Amino acid sequence: MSIEQQEKRRALGFVAPALLWTCAFFLVPFAVMVLLSLAHLEGREIIQSYDLGNYLKIFTEPSLFKGIVVSLEITLIVTIISVLLAWPLAWIIATQVPEKYQRLAIMLAVLPFWTSYVVRSYSWALVLGQQGVLMQMLMGIGFLDEPIQIMATRGATVIGFVHFFVMLLTLTIYSNLIQLSPNYARAAADLGASGWNTFRLVILPLTLPGIMTGAFLTFVLCIGDYITPQILGGNNELTMPQLIMLQLGRRGDFPMASALSVILMLLVTLAYAATARWLKMERV
Amino acid sequence: MSYNLKSALSVTAAFLMSTTALYAADDLNALVWCDHTDPALLQPFEEQHGVRVNVKEYEGTAAGFAILDQSRTGDWDIMVIDTVDVARGAEEGRFASLPADAVDTSSFFPEVVMADNNTHDGQIYGVTEKFGYNTIAFNSSKVDAGDMEDMSNLWSGKYDGRIAVYDYYLPVLGLIGLEQGIATSDLDAAAVERLRDRTYGLKSAALQVSDVVASQTALATGEVDILIGGGEWVTAVLSAENPELDWSVPAEGALRWSQSVTMLESSENQELALEFIKYITGPEGQARLATSSCYWGMPANSAAGRELTDAEKAALRWDQQADYLIRTQLYPTPDADLDLAMQDLWTDMLQQ
Repeated sequence: MSIEQQEKRRALGFVAPALLWTCAFFLVPFAVMVLLSLAHLEGREIIQSYDLGNYLKIFTEPSLFKGIVVSLEITLIVTIISVLLAWPLAWIIATQVPEKYQRLAIMLAVLPFWTSYVVRSYSWALVLGQQGVLMQMLMGIGFLDEPIQIMATRGATVIGFVHFFVMLLTLTIYSNLIQLSPNYARAAADLGASGWNTFRLVILPLTLPGIMTGAFLTFVLCIGDYITPQILGGNNELTMPQLIMLQLGRRGDFPMASALSVILMLLVTLAYAATARWLKMERV
Repeated sequence: MSYNLKSALSVTAAFLMSTTALYAADDLNALVWCDHTDPALLQPFEEQHGVRVNVKEYEGTAAGFAILDQSRTGDWDIMVIDTVDVARGAEEGRFASLPADAVDTSSFFPEVVMADNNTHDGQIYGVTEKFGYNTIAFNSSKVDAGDMEDMSNLWSGKYDGRIAVYDYYLPVLGLIGLEQGIATSDLDAAAVERLRDRTYGLKSAALQVSDVVASQTALATGEVDILIGGGEWVTAVLSAENPELDWSVPAEGALRWSQSVTMLESSENQELALEFIKYITGPEGQARLATSSCYWGMPANSAAGRELTDAEKAALRWDQQADYLIRTQLYPTPDADLDLAMQDLWTDMLQQ
């Protein structure tokens, strides 16, 4: 056996556990899910068939199709708002906060991560409610005469999500920003670029890997989240995870739940394809 | 060295297998509603029998049966289920028949013994343990109690944005049916379709459609003033802190829910399961179940009245049960196709 073959075998030995793990806990279950998505429910019985009936139903049944639209709308809104808020925050921490306090600043920024996700969502319900802290404060300072409805709306869902994902994006963008040499900005200034042009043409493009990595993670976590829209959205519009839970929890319609899950995975795959060129972690 | 390691692993594996078997043999595994997860309810039974009761919550009969179907034979000993679904489960061979003298129902409220629902082919398969009402719960300091005697007021516009709808299609569609003059036993596919506009109208008037916890929270915090589908199971547990929370059975009537406790045919622990059923339907178990931390409800066994305080009985409206029992109807009992049609309507309503 040549040295090259020995090296290949050794490399295979190193990756084999990860490959086996992926096969056992991702590929095989995924294949089962795809097969199940081709089955259908008759009464309370799951009948294994091999047709696209469930997929057809998802795209022709308004209440199911709306789940895709609602999920995409909320996810895109959350991702955009989170990026817009996280970038300046990351920039302030990376450039305006003295180096010895940056770790503390990052820790404070991610502090809400330490609380349970469910507890955090319920906390927002108490803050955003008509009798909640926010309304009491706005009415107390005379900004509002009577409470307005935020809780149990899409706005509440977006607020709950943004609170969470700004932290995530701040981390990915900050880790990108601190790797940038200040010489880039100096060189741009030497060449006559204005502050705006330096930001637009130099700094921002160089932080795209951090933005895109965070945006992709935000997209994946947001579009697949059940808790936040369930607690804060008031069930006034259903996202895909909520529809999946309805199929599983109430109808026992595992084939339809599988078909919805496959579509969810396809959307995530599309998001990955759209951002893949920036998703090189070593650049973040 | 390798021999020693092999021996150690074998001994460890054998030990783990033996303890697992012992652990499983001593446990009672129960598929339940959330009121059965209260340690105060389970503890006396566990201490008396020196066992542990493992509970898993589920919501909706279809989901419960799906869990049974996915479990191994013998995984479950006890199942708590809508009384109206006991016969179906028995017919499908899921439940074990109970000895005729296992539970004495002579002190039960007669209307909730529901022998027709708890038996199949002359055999008893379930015992009613708790009941209550899906009706209208409201904040009496913010809502005209007289309005709550007539369900059509909910669609009048007067309470738009102040209503929460309990997120369970069976009782709420049943209530909308009653408002439309359709008895729950007459709900069929055509009747359900006739409820569509009224259901959408309720969604338009509602602030939210929410589960038990979110509904309770919304009512308690003043987020909403009315809960459609609510009843004593929402307000009684909050009565001490929120005495203004009230509920009524409107003129059109309301729905009566009742839950039964059953023993699984595949249980390998039927003796203990039977003891659990006796405990939960006895006066002490009934009183603890009635005031369980998740939700309160009337005990099926009136003998529990001896164990409950006056304040607890007042919160449960103990003295008005005779009137309520006459004026309320049982849950709809849809077949598989009608059940799916009702769920489709519910999903359509949520997406409006």
